[in-house]
Amino acid sequence: MANLKNIKWKHYINYIVIAVFTVVVSLLSFSGVLKNSDIYLLEKIAIAIILAVSLSMVVGFLGELSLGHAGFMCVGAYLGGKTAVILEPILGEYPTLIVSLLVGGLVAALFGVIIGLPALRLRGDYLAIVTLAFGEIVRSVFMNSSDESFGGSLGLNTPRFDKNALFIIALVLVLACLAVTQNMIRSKHGRAITSIRDNEIAAKATGINVTKYKLLVFTVSSFFAGIAGVLYSYSNFTVQSAKFSYTYSIEILVMVVLGGMGSINGSIIAASLITFLDVKLQTILTGNLAVLQDLFYAVILILLVIYNNAPSLKGFRDKYNIKVLFDKFKRIKKNNPSKINDDEAKWDRVPTKIEMDELLSVDMRVSSQYTPDKPEKEDNNV
Amino acid sequence: MKFIETLINGLSMGSTYAMIALGYTMVYGIAKMLNFAHGDIIMVGGYTIFITMSLSGNPVLGVIAAVIFCVALGITIEKIAYKPLRGASPLAVLITAIGVSYLLQSIAQIIFGSAPKMVNIADLGNLEFAGLTVPVYTLVTLGCSVVIMVVLSLFVKYTKTGRAMIAVSEDKGAAQLMGINVNRIIMITFAIGSGLAAFAGLFMLMKSPSLTNTLGAMPGIKAFTAAVIGGIGSIPGAMVGGLLIGVVEAISLTIPAIAPYTDAIEFLILIIILLVRPTGILGKKKREKV
Repeated sequence: MANLKNIKWKHYINYIVIAVFTVVVSLLSFSGVLKNSDIYLLEKIAIAIILAVSLSMVVGFLGELSLGHAGFMCVGAYLGGKTAVILEPILGEYPTLIVSLLVGGLVAALFGVIIGLPALRLRGDYLAIVTLAFGEIVRSVFMNSSDESFGGSLGLNTPRFDKNALFIIALVLVLACLAVTQNMIRSKHGRAITSIRDNEIAAKATGINVTKYKLLVFTVSSFFAGIAGVLYSYSNFTVQSAKFSYTYSIEILVMVVLGGMGSINGSIIAASLITFLDVKLQTILTGNLAVLQDLFYAVILILLVIYNNAPSLKGFRDKYNIKVLFDKFKRIKKNNPSKINDDEAKWDRVPTKIEMDELLSVDMRVSSQYTPDKPEKEDNNV
Repeated sequence: MKFIETLINGLSMGSTYAMIALGYTMVYGIAKMLNFAHGDIIMVGGYTIFITMSLSGNPVLGVIAAVIFCVALGITIEKIAYKPLRGASPLAVLITAIGVSYLLQSIAQIIFGSAPKMVNIADLGNLEFAGLTVPVYTLVTLGCSVVIMVVLSLFVKYTKTGRAMIAVSEDKGAAQLMGINVNRIIMITFAIGSGLAAFAGLFMLMKSPSLTNTLGAMPGIKAFTAAVIGGIGSIPGAMVGGLLIGVVEAISLTIPAIAPYTDAIEFLILIIILLVRPTGILGKKKREKV
């Protein structure tokens, strides 16, 4: 049992939470407690999490701004949906789902490579507008498709799937997406990716193949966006191109940014919360009040971003935030420079050289708990 | 003949895009931020014209009111939403701009509802000249925007404030050391951009009178595309990009086979141009230092 102690539980907590959650909700649904609307909400949340986590790889870890995530999702939704329509009578429900997930994901990944190629030449805002343009082109092509191929402006009708099973599959896919992204980010490839974000030229000089890693991130990210698209087509029974406009890409980006750049758990929480509130507010605010939803959303968005990022509010933030309150509660020494979370995009404060020296040198004389097993060597003090 | 008519139409559309693109490009050059709410200022300008027109019936008064209101709004937004974030990461500013965009759209929807409002500014009719039939509003749009662009270019080039703007866009820190009030320059930039957006709102309403709360969304994105094609941060670039997008749009709309794909074609042109010239047609290449 010795190695159980060595496992960093912190790294696996999100799998455990989602897995337990999945088991609980599936038990609830089998016992008939969950309503259809709850199941639909769960599907939406799972799709949002997959989208947010996959976009977080590009924006939070690779450091490139992508505004075309809905475009990849659109490709996945249409192609996966079409595959499902064709194969459903031949293969049956489950094999069709697997095949269409693969088709949607792989074709989206192919588009990811195509978009990743200009990404090698373009930086920052230029790449943002190119991804936005890509998303709009894809949408326009599907919108003007003929009725027989992809349903044109009316949309593509996709087969229905067992309601009680789809949300479990979606949640399992969330776990799979998490497993891939987290393992990638925590491997040496992930270190290479974050180093590209922090300084591309320095990364190149260290011998990191920037081309390879940028393409890799774009491909994996768009693969999962495609998967989310296929899930969407299954969950909605119909795919309409209007859904995948750039505003939807921006919604996903908002989830990633609100969750905290470079934090996968943050993206998960933000995606679940925003989707949950979105659906719940839609049921509460009906009729004339429906317009208020966007207003609330906008005001909260502005205030949150200003609170989280304004340089002038930094002192206020350091004094009053959840982490500090939590630390006080647990009586953990705060500002321990040796504690650096490896998922954090930006350290508030990089440990200075003096602090590092302090940390690294074990000063025996100062320590009060020092028990002299051996006599202290005098020449150590020099 | 038909082609020349299309061309004039395209130039008129393009000059509207150029007006919006100028706002994007100036704000980007000076504050280094993508002002996603810029398109919605157009919409606010449109509604201001609508209110003034229904109160007084005078289009000129409407334009003046729209320009004043948009300038005030632009400055207010800058002060409340963007100024606290100066020095924060560009992405945070981008998200705030998106928030402001949602905010303006939802406020407009709360006040005016989602049904489109009809604004008939003035029926100018058509002009027939040497076998050409050209709607007068295209000529008005073209003429106004040429005048505005010339004035703006002269302002930036020859006045003290304009030169300060160039200085701030080149190096904020050095400009501050030279005694330029950077905050004031950024405020003026937002004011000019918003004023141009009000004019763009007028031109768009002259073209089609229906006014909704998403009036500025798609033209905003297209103008942004135009600014990037021309090289974002460059004022002549925004004009070139805007005119290019406008002409392409006009030509594409006259060919039935590709008319539904007009938006896609414009975005495709953007991608192709950026692949050939990664910083746009007139953009300056920046050398990166470690």
